[in-house]
Amino acid sequence: MIEEWNKVHVVYVPAMEKQAAASPDWAPGWCRLDSSSIALTFPLPIGPTPASVKTFFFPQPETLLTYTLENNHPDKGLMREPERSRDMQVVLGVRPCDARSVLLNNLPYQEDQFFQANRQRTALVGFSCDQTLSTCFCTRMGGSPLDSEGLDLALSRTEDGFLIEVCSEKGEALVADLELAPAPESDISALAARRNAGGNPSATELDSLKGSELGTLYDAPLWQSLGEACINCGACTFICPTCYCFDIQDEVVRGQGRRIRYWDSCMFPLYSLHTSGHNPRGQKVQRTRNRFLHKLKYFPDRFGPFSCVGCGRCVQDCPVNIDIREVMDDLIHLTAVE
Amino acid sequence: MPTINKRISEEIRAQARKLLEEGEVAAVLGYGAGSLPMTVKPLVVRNPEDCSKLIWNTFCVLNLANYLPAALKSVEPPRGPRDPKPEGPLPKVAILVTGCWSRNIVVQIQEHQVARDRVVVMGVGSRGMVSRRKVAALFPGLEILAVKEGDHELVVQGADFAETINRWSVVRDNCQSCTHPDPVLVDVRIGEPVSERKNPNPFMQVDAIEQKTGDERWAWFTAEFATCIRCYACRNACPLCYCPTCFVDDAKPQWVGKSLDAVDTGLFHILRAYHCAGRCTDCGTCETVCPMGINMRMLTKKLNKDVLNLYNIEAGMEPDAPLPLTTYTMDDPEKFIATEVTPVPGAVKEGK
Repeated sequence: MIEEWNKVHVVYVPAMEKQAAASPDWAPGWCRLDSSSIALTFPLPIGPTPASVKTFFFPQPETLLTYTLENNHPDKGLMREPERSRDMQVVLGVRPCDARSVLLNNLPYQEDQFFQANRQRTALVGFSCDQTLSTCFCTRMGGSPLDSEGLDLALSRTEDGFLIEVCSEKGEALVADLELAPAPESDISALAARRNAGGNPSATELDSLKGSELGTLYDAPLWQSLGEACINCGACTFICPTCYCFDIQDEVVRGQGRRIRYWDSCMFPLYSLHTSGHNPRGQKVQRTRNRFLHKLKYFPDRFGPFSCVGCGRCVQDCPVNIDIREVMDDLIHLTAVE
Repeated sequence: MPTINKRISEEIRAQARKLLEEGEVAAVLGYGAGSLPMTVKPLVVRNPEDCSKLIWNTFCVLNLANYLPAALKSVEPPRGPRDPKPEGPLPKVAILVTGCWSRNIVVQIQEHQVARDRVVVMGVGSRGMVSRRKVAALFPGLEILAVKEGDHELVVQGADFAETINRWSVVRDNCQSCTHPDPVLVDVRIGEPVSERKNPNPFMQVDAIEQKTGDERWAWFTAEFATCIRCYACRNACPLCYCPTCFVDDAKPQWVGKSLDAVDTGLFHILRAYHCAGRCTDCGTCETVCPMGINMRMLTKKLNKDVLNLYNIEAGMEPDAPLPLTTYTMDDPEKFIATEVTPVPGAVKEGK
């Protein structure tokens, strides 16, 4: 199957080793399958892949426009849209949490032509999680380790192979020319039973935050100690599948310019610095608070769901062990006391 | 018999409580328990009853000196930027330190970031801190759910395994090559002093890179930093980095590009390392906190070697010693000054 896709599409799998160098079609944390590669297998870790799929939809950076500043050039100063690859890219090994993150990011990016173009040319082939890590909390955020939401093809392990669910038109196109055995009824019902056994995914425990007063959460005493411990690096925001903030800049090298959109982080003071010199989030504690309240209050107030899929990457990698699960517990406790 | 670190934890709690209760300090900087195995949280304790939260174990890898200037500020009575300093002595802060972190405080004192008389240094002789990453690497594909710590071994447990490993084998590289594990400043001694370690060559890792050819070194550098996501955890966890605006955050002018261009990333790391020359104590926090596992410590370690060779100085060993790179003496090495122009082989003049 992978072999067939690799002939016509660009195929990526999770990179488990440190990658050597960047090439133009390089996606950090993922490795592109070589067309000549014979071994068409890849290791898939338990829990989320090392890097999230954010990079395929929201590349770091995305070139929005290009221009030349060369004197005497007839096009000097004219902004042009760059040639964009329309090649289909297939991402293999996506976990349900990451698949869900694409749907969540799609809410603010509904009208963003770049995000939408990337969505159109990217197919996600996912694997449900038979095992989870102690840092996984997707069920708490309304997801499930067996979910197929957001995927184009969803693979679940059966006793003697994989059950493939076709979840979209893109997924249909991927399997159209393949000779696949029809799935036995027993496997289908077994998966449905496993899904039912997991219960209906809902973030009921957290839902109290949605109805709570913003002021209560905003003035919570926990931010002081969190802000004191936080070193305000951008690690959590960059590894997070649902952090989607960007900034735009022009870069000119030897007369050739490009306007890029690159990842920004609300942890950085520059993020909220005004031209006047005023910074509404000039203190560390304000920035730390903003990240959590954006995910758990501002985003759901605006769009409905929480902006977190419970992949646990930030829990694992935070240099000072700030754990969003503990933050949620504290906030729930606070609203319960109210 | 409780382990050494259990006894140290008890002693820390008792001493911290005493300092807070007697009003000697307004806050104690230490560690609390982390939510995952092999992690700790930095903790500022302000009430004697919270002292029971303080812990000490072999995973205390964050440099607390990084928090010291902010902690000192936080205990001062609030005042505006133009208001005069209040009269009388300002409240003190107690801080837990090992060898390298105490040397960071010395550097902070030398650089006027911290007033010596406002700090109560609680000194612990370091037995080397364990790298979480090294332990995880021994168990590929397995999740570690608990690690029990003995004095010389660790019991690593997962869902269906438990294995005992040697502690020193997973101690961080910087701790393994460290020669000054005992604090150079101590106001309150915790546990037993640790003697200086003999290490005929603490720069072995640097030497290995230096011995490569130019092309090999370039290959090492580009590969090592290729995965950097520019989160700046290395910078933000470092007690040496306290500029109000870092050069990478400057917007007018902007010195460094903002995306993941290898040139920008390389520039950031090299400049960051050079800013630490003569000041770095090889505490290893930068390397420890990197979410991508980049070995940026090799750059600062190389500069530590150069400063030692050129000026015979190791950062932060003596509070009264001059800072090597802000002091000029007549016999400073001057080998970098070119007295004649030597043509660079292969260089082509531009514009011809």
